[in-house]
Amino acid sequence: MTVKHAGLRLIDEKGLRHDGRRPDELRPVAMRVGVLSNADGSALFEIGKTKVLAAVYGPREPPQRHTMLPDRAVLRVRYHMAPFSTMDRKSPAPSRREIELSKVIREALEPVVIAELYPRTAIDVFVEVLQADGGTRTAGVTAASLALADAGIPMKGLVAGVAVGKVDGVIVLDVDELEDSAGEADLPIAAAPDIGLITLFQLNGVLSRQELEEAVEMGLSAIRRLVDMEKETLRSSVTVMPGE
Amino acid sequence: MSTTPYKLPIVPMIKKQSYLSLYRKGARIDGRDLETPRNVRIETGVIEKAEGSAIARLGNTQVIAGVKIDVGSPFRDTPDQGVLTVHAEFVPLASPLFEPGPPDENAVELARVVDRSLREVGAVDLSSLAIRPGEKVWMLWVDLYILDHDGNLFDASMLAAMAALLDARLPEYEELESGEIMVDKSRKGEPLKIDHRVVTVTIAKVDEYLIVDPTLDEETIADAKIVVAVDEEKRIVGAQKTGGSGMTREEILKAVDIAGKASEVYFKALNEAISKG
Amino acid sequence: MPRLRGRIVVPGDRLPPEVKGPEEYLVRIGDAVTPAVVGLLESGSKPSFVPLTSIYIPSPGDVVIGLIESQGVMNWFVDINSPYQAVLNVQDFLKRQYNPAIDDLSRFLQIGDYIIAKVQSFDRTRNPVLTVSEEGLGRIVEGKVVEISPAKVPRVIGRKGSMVNSLKELTGCDFLVAVNGRIHVRCPNEDLEAISILAIKMIEREAHTTGLTNRVKRFVEEEKKLRGV
Repeated sequence: MTVKHAGLRLIDEKGLRHDGRRPDELRPVAMRVGVLSNADGSALFEIGKTKVLAAVYGPREPPQRHTMLPDRAVLRVRYHMAPFSTMDRKSPAPSRREIELSKVIREALEPVVIAELYPRTAIDVFVEVLQADGGTRTAGVTAASLALADAGIPMKGLVAGVAVGKVDGVIVLDVDELEDSAGEADLPIAAAPDIGLITLFQLNGVLSRQELEEAVEMGLSAIRRLVDMEKETLRSSVTVMPGE
Repeated sequence: MSTTPYKLPIVPMIKKQSYLSLYRKGARIDGRDLETPRNVRIETGVIEKAEGSAIARLGNTQVIAGVKIDVGSPFRDTPDQGVLTVHAEFVPLASPLFEPGPPDENAVELARVVDRSLREVGAVDLSSLAIRPGEKVWMLWVDLYILDHDGNLFDASMLAAMAALLDARLPEYEELESGEIMVDKSRKGEPLKIDHRVVTVTIAKVDEYLIVDPTLDEETIADAKIVVAVDEEKRIVGAQKTGGSGMTREEILKAVDIAGKASEVYFKALNEAISKG
Repeated sequence: MPRLRGRIVVPGDRLPPEVKGPEEYLVRIGDAVTPAVVGLLESGSKPSFVPLTSIYIPSPGDVVIGLIESQGVMNWFVDINSPYQAVLNVQDFLKRQYNPAIDDLSRFLQIGDYIIAKVQSFDRTRNPVLTVSEEGLGRIVEGKVVEISPAKVPRVIGRKGSMVNSLKELTGCDFLVAVNGRIHVRCPNEDLEAISILAIKMIEREAHTTGLTNRVKRFVEEEKKLRGV
């Protein structure tokens, strides 16, 4: 349920946001890979207070053989929120929202995963939201991209995502929970910039054609920065030198 | 868990080639150009026992929407607003692809996209649904029932939902001395307060072509789809990319432009059905 | 000071169009080439891409080390460190007809046993089939099996076997390096076995650095001195 905070000002007279950010500014970002020992690949992605963990298992034989495809691996994705990730306890049973987001995250990853190399197998991606403060689905895509690369799953490029929004009539980057619930629109977007594809695109709220284009531009430019950070994270994860 | 679809209708390769060669000429197998929806027929009041109902036919695709209205308690964070819930059922009679059972991710996604398209723009004035603010409000249930699946369930469902909401009448009621609300569903009262009419326009990407209102065959050969919700002022009131491929920035922006134009066909059919209804 | 053997590249990075390397890990879109996994771009006269991670896909003729996972009526199912579980038929193991009424499979191979086997057939439509009916194949009865990433196997072997040969010389152990990332180690004593395993893990960890052969040598010699062997 959306709560409209009547009378709350989200952009001050200097054009800054409630947490002091400029409209096109991301929250502080942290990325780590190889954070879990059992998974074939894993990553922790933090953006502001949003913390998302992703783990990849596979390719492996799927437990249900009828889900196999003869010409490619199936990708199986679960987006799930930890019960303690939100202000009010979230029931651990999968909600309709989580069912939908599992689908859109899967569809955000499919365009880059080279599934044709592993027919009749499954690649499992588990996304756990440890703390939710806006942008969890796009953070999930970013974490999953890192975890897939960490698992050595062949990919055409890396993916990252960010939620763009409109608050007090201004298009802003990386909306947090307050801006999301009080704002006029929320546009989660994910892309693989190296192959020029937008892989997740949703709009909840009202935008003009002009605003939509502005939001897409703002999102894509942030995604390019996030993908560069993913690359650096992966590079430094393998360049451990002797004695380190 | 969301899994890569492993059960899909088979479209012969040769058919895909013939579709593509037609697209190249700007035409489609059923005689349409790329940017025109199929024939739209909407009928309201098809289920007398529902407070509002409509059937929408988009080519061979048929979706029925029923609106049921009951009295209930508001959400704590919106005490003076009624409650709107959208639910979709892919009933097995509609397609060999549908299995009995709880709604799968496709049904959930459909219902949630329709729900958001209505909610975010405030299509239904929910504050007009408070009977006693903080205590008793009207609960609207929009149930979407897919009867026949020949592609583009989003647009057909949105049309059915919108028409059913426009058709709906709040039941008459009496407030008892105990404070209880006695609803008399046999007497139909006021229509719902609808502030905005919304449609969705679905555009499929097949290779480099963008086509409006895909049939099931076209959806099967499509790489991805984008659903764009548009109101009568052509504002964009929602969007969702769906399907396992990506789209370029240019394709998405072009699809949004195409959606604005194609929405006119849907609005015309919707408005005609309502004025006739 | 060890250096990187090349530049670390990740999916999405542009590689020179003439780059050589395993084709399944190189993505070509038009003229652009990008690595599909994290790896090293070794430049020289001919730039080549060496993946730092890989997933073992069986190929007929491969010698692999498998772990017996479960047992069917006529066969064993074998984990070969691959997405695809392999099958070893009982007849192949016994080299004679097999009668389920008389023969008890677990007398021959038990769950948890390691075997050295050859991939007889695999085409990705059916599970790979193994054979042990050749010289040197069969159940592993002594020594240890070390597991590393299949991508690091070439580094453990070294150019023309240089790395594994120098390990053999230094430790007096015997190594069978299987392509699926499992290494069978047989040593004269436990200390040498421990040193060998540590050396293999060191090669896996530092595969992307220069001067590795010398560092491994130094490591083994120091360890031998420390342990007094």
